[in-house]
Amino acid sequence: MAKNVEHGIEDDLNKKLAIQIVKESEDDRLMRLSVGPQHPGSGHFRFTVTVDGDYIVHCDPDPGYVHRGEEKMCEYRNFIQNIPHLERPVIHDSSNIIYSYSLAVEQLVGIEVPRRGQFIRALASERERQIYTLYWLAIYGIFLGHSTMFMWPTGDRELFIDLMDALTGARVTHAFNIPGGVRNDIPDGFKDKCLRNIAYFEKRLKEYEDIFYNNPLFRQRTEGVGILSKEDAIKLGVTGSVLRASGIPYDVRKAEPYDIYNEMDFKVQYMKSGDSFARSYVPFLDMKESCHIMRQLLDKMPDSGEVRAKLQPNPKGAPGEAYRRVESGRGALGYYIVSDGTPKPYRVKISVGSFRNMIALPHLLVGSKLADMPSVYWSLNYWPVEADR
Amino acid sequence: MTSELKEKPTTNSSPQQSSSPSSPPPSPKPAAGSSPPSPPAKREPESPPFEKGIVSQIISHFGNDKIKISYIRPLRIKINVNPADIVEVATFIRDNLGFDHAEAVSGTDYPKDDQIEVIYQLGSYSRDDLEGHVFSLATRTNRDDARLPTLINVYRSAEYHERETFEMLGVYFEGHPRNERFILPEDWADLPPLRKEFRIRGR
Repeated sequence: MAKNVEHGIEDDLNKKLAIQIVKESEDDRLMRLSVGPQHPGSGHFRFTVTVDGDYIVHCDPDPGYVHRGEEKMCEYRNFIQNIPHLERPVIHDSSNIIYSYSLAVEQLVGIEVPRRGQFIRALASERERQIYTLYWLAIYGIFLGHSTMFMWPTGDRELFIDLMDALTGARVTHAFNIPGGVRNDIPDGFKDKCLRNIAYFEKRLKEYEDIFYNNPLFRQRTEGVGILSKEDAIKLGVTGSVLRASGIPYDVRKAEPYDIYNEMDFKVQYMKSGDSFARSYVPFLDMKESCHIMRQLLDKMPDSGEVRAKLQPNPKGAPGEAYRRVESGRGALGYYIVSDGTPKPYRVKISVGSFRNMIALPHLLVGSKLADMPSVYWSLNYWPVEADR
Repeated sequence: MTSELKEKPTTNSSPQQSSSPSSPPPSPKPAAGSSPPSPPAKREPESPPFEKGIVSQIISHFGNDKIKISYIRPLRIKINVNPADIVEVATFIRDNLGFDHAEAVSGTDYPKDDQIEVIYQLGSYSRDDLEGHVFSLATRTNRDDARLPTLINVYRSAEYHERETFEMLGVYFEGHPRNERFILPEDWADLPPLRKEFRIRGR
């Protein structure tokens, strides 16, 4: 702590706050509960809730159990060496988390991605978003006591992973979308395999809807629970499905089309109710729309051509900075990279949807019942590892 | 594979370095600057008109003394202000320009200048014409006594981001209720890790 005082940081306010919390817990009525980090329902994340009987009166998130210092690590490695470790915060959506990094590096280094490379990159990212959403849906299902909904997406996700395996050579962390394009071309017969897979998945999505979203038990536990109004969603700056569930049709793919997304025909899926049900249903609608986008990608993809622009072995970024975003499974995912003209980035800031949506958790939980906690928490599409970075 | 066979010799020195996103943005992309290779940091193409209009609104309200323009690119604007003016400027941006939330707060340590730069990346959900834009509001503070006024009363969404900046760079946000540990362990007693003098062990 001595070092902090040296930098002029005081802890007076903290002491005041600590005393306040102790006073709360001395009162017999209130009880402070710790949720996580070992709790199977929260991931590697801890938050405390203070309850008055059944109702939550205070909630304090405490992230950081899986903090890896990704941003600091970036400063020690060059632009290419940074690719594999930057995927680790969210391995189920690794194509998207590296996508915006690639866009920012391309802007700094000054290269254009070949057209065929752009299509394959977008295809991988759409597929990956579905894989992430299926994984999240499975966990959401099991924590609301719906074990079929755990089994089905987990099983279907395996087919997708096989497809990504055929495309990239790895099951989850692909290091496939890289600065300059994609690592390799699509293998023979991939197009047909992918189309068959999409057709199967669209059939399955109808079954998901019947067994999960139309299930009266599920609807009772989510409808009208944890309502985030449109005004609050803007004020809190939430993103992704949480934002779109509150009636704001905002999607980075439409707002700031990257690569070939301005040629794609798709709708931004959103709902107006802003409750847990809407937040769980919007990603489902996104998965449907993703199938539609993937069909177009496969259809319009040029038959031949380069998939990657040649980079120098150790590319140097032009001095300056870049801030680029993509739409990931959890919302806008931005990289702010400062380059000082050396092969290593001077500063990398990863702005992730999970971290941005965390602020909605205390906002939604305070005033709701403790029993609604899992349904609200998982509807936020929160991925602790990504938030901690 | 086959993609690597063809090599273009000068892919790395395009004239539009650090200029604009590679995807076509809605605003027209200006032609590449025809000036001879001057210092690369200052080689910006002509500013796009829409973004220029946004900046001129701020300049006309606050004057040239308070606002320093870092760059105006398609969909991206960055201005630098003094810490004393930041609350006023941020309030103006929110109320008059339509940027309604903070996407990220990024701090960068510059030991050479003995300063820390804190950037608020601001976006807009409520206005359709601004949806792809990111307004970067930057300010600099001394490293030795890093203090900045908080913006949580203007941008509520900056709360956790500022808390993260506090612990990662040691910038004390005056008026922020909780300048305390967030992601780092509660008993962290070392330098703020994103300061440049903090070294990863063994490197």
